[in-house]
Amino acid sequence: MSATSATAAPAPATAPPPTAPRSGSARPRAAAASLMRSAPLAAVASVLAVGSAWEAYKLLGPADGLMVGQTRLLPRTSDLAMPHTWDMAARLFEPVSGGAGAPPLWSAVLRAGAASLGVAAVGWLLGLVVGMLLALAMQRVRIVESAVLPLVVLSQTVPLVALAPLVRSWGARLEVGPVQWAPWMSVAVIASYLAFFPVAVGMLRGLQSPTTIHADLMRAYGAGWWPTLLRLRLPASVPYLLPALRLAAANAVVGAVVAEVATGLPGGLGRMIVEFAAFSASDPAKPWAPIFGAVALGLAAAGLVALLGTSLRRFRRLEAAR
Amino acid sequence: MRTTRRWGAAVAAGLAAGLLLAACASSSEDGAGEPAAAAEGLTPVRLQLQWLTQAQFAGYYAAQEQGYYADEGLDVEILPSGGDIVPQDALAQGEVDYAIAWVPKVLGSIEQGAGITHVAQVFERSATLQVAFADSGIDSVGDLSGKTVGSWGYGNEWELFAGLNKSGVADFQLVTQAFDMLGLLNGDIDAAQAMTYNEYAQLLETVDPDTGELYTPEDFTVIDWNDEGTAMLQDAIWADAERLESDSDYQDTTVKFLKASLKGWAYARDHAQEAADAVTAAGSTLGTSHQLWMTNEVNKLIWPSTSGGIGLLDESAWERTVELALQTRNETGASIISAAPPASAFTTEYVTKALAELEAEGVDVVGTGFTPLDVTLAEGGS
Repeated sequence: MSATSATAAPAPATAPPPTAPRSGSARPRAAAASLMRSAPLAAVASVLAVGSAWEAYKLLGPADGLMVGQTRLLPRTSDLAMPHTWDMAARLFEPVSGGAGAPPLWSAVLRAGAASLGVAAVGWLLGLVVGMLLALAMQRVRIVESAVLPLVVLSQTVPLVALAPLVRSWGARLEVGPVQWAPWMSVAVIASYLAFFPVAVGMLRGLQSPTTIHADLMRAYGAGWWPTLLRLRLPASVPYLLPALRLAAANAVVGAVVAEVATGLPGGLGRMIVEFAAFSASDPAKPWAPIFGAVALGLAAAGLVALLGTSLRRFRRLEAAR
Repeated sequence: MRTTRRWGAAVAAGLAAGLLLAACASSSEDGAGEPAAAAEGLTPVRLQLQWLTQAQFAGYYAAQEQGYYADEGLDVEILPSGGDIVPQDALAQGEVDYAIAWVPKVLGSIEQGAGITHVAQVFERSATLQVAFADSGIDSVGDLSGKTVGSWGYGNEWELFAGLNKSGVADFQLVTQAFDMLGLLNGDIDAAQAMTYNEYAQLLETVDPDTGELYTPEDFTVIDWNDEGTAMLQDAIWADAERLESDSDYQDTTVKFLKASLKGWAYARDHAQEAADAVTAAGSTLGTSHQLWMTNEVNKLIWPSTSGGIGLLDESAWERTVELALQTRNETGASIISAAPPASAFTTEYVTKALAELEAEGVDVVGTGFTPLDVTLAEGGS
């Protein structure tokens, strides 16, 4: 760099400006810009950044963390509390346990993640249906809104620990024809309980978003509630619904994982997190694997909703073009 | 552009459908055999465990795997528990037919109105330890004075309190312990609660950073409540009191269930490795050496039976547990129960029948010649 600027410096006025150094400085900038534009690379970069921050803290942070009174503000940096990122990554490719034919850890986590995602998806769909119906009812009848909306908000203050045994207990005694209540259904119901809230609130806001002038126009056309709903309110609600769906997906995933822990449903990530906690001293990298799985689960759920958003793009004209 | 959108919608719909199918498929795997078995005329039975699938319950999984339940005409569904499922509550509310739970915890539930009955005492001895580092100077309960003492709570703390009460130790700091031993290893807890079959093994599977080798029993001191005289009865099989009273089918099922379960435990005694493998096959992710260690330690809690046969309740041990439950005060001054439990709290009628049938079949229900294995734990329990 210093060499090129030194040779370019003496004759800036006489010779036409040399192009080499210029393009040399412009090319990385363009490359950086295209790198920032390309989402996958940015994702990798941010993962690397988080990993480096982890390792940097582990290297430089106080070995015993930081305690203020009885409260721990900063974690310990020991290998038990914070395993090296490469150890956690390498652990993923080792077998789950020492048993003969034990699958590699990553595949066990993937399988558990798929099971959790399936249950969360059922919960999300259920929450979507319930939330939408509630929103429609609240939009249609004003008194329902004033009666139900506070209850919807209140419902989210019930702690999951209290809810989980109740749902399981009710479910276990439920039998509809030949279909017997299965434990995974309790988990799906709990996931939907967390998922319906953003949908109900977001959808209601969306249904109410058309201005009076729009509603008046529909009335002038002689359109009743149904046509107004189909042609005006539902399309208008899409920009409000999509973020709500994303929130609902995140809630459903969290709800499913936590409810698995609470009700003891085998097979999913929640159970795996509890089971692997037993290894936090003897195999410290292992308990992190299901946590990475949960992160991947959240990403997968968000990705699915994003796909859904693409297919609804023509209703999103209110949003800034991207 | 339009085709792209349609494509996106199709992909989203396809993925969603796939997930739903996966959910249904995984659920039918969980309840595998249930519809088929019902068709064969087996009696469906639901057993609620008190924790995740692990060798603590090896006998039931062995009975399942060896077909002992099916031999008795039972189709047993073993339900692992999670953080918020209380087995005795699930039983009292009719969700399940039988439950595994510790006696002192259930005594509290019975006093609160749960109508359930103790039908078999599987673990004769207590497995709860209080573990400290050897250089901590904690060798006895009295040494806990002024120390930080860990316990999981949720009713797991009563033997500890009974011991502290007995030794007159009042100036200790109680810390709620997580389900790992990091508290002890990091020095946040001076004496941590541990089960012989699980958390104690976790310690011995961990590398000592000072030596670079696994910790050994010599690195720790252990307070064993069996030795301190404040042990309480642990894993027992509980049944629905009302149905035992009035439902003759349930009475028969109870004898069959106990017979097959106890036979499973006898199998686990004689075939510890196979029983451990059955638990692993049932979905436990514990390491191989850890699973075998757990099976072996649990066998030590059962065998040899000094009460006349596995499952048969030693009534003096019951009395001692009730006495401790009445007298022990926790840090808030509360006790487990305030009055002696009703007579319906236990019965040895069904286990006696089950043992008689097992003896007639030639099954060794006492295990006089039982010698525990010498299990070597590997790092991480592998």
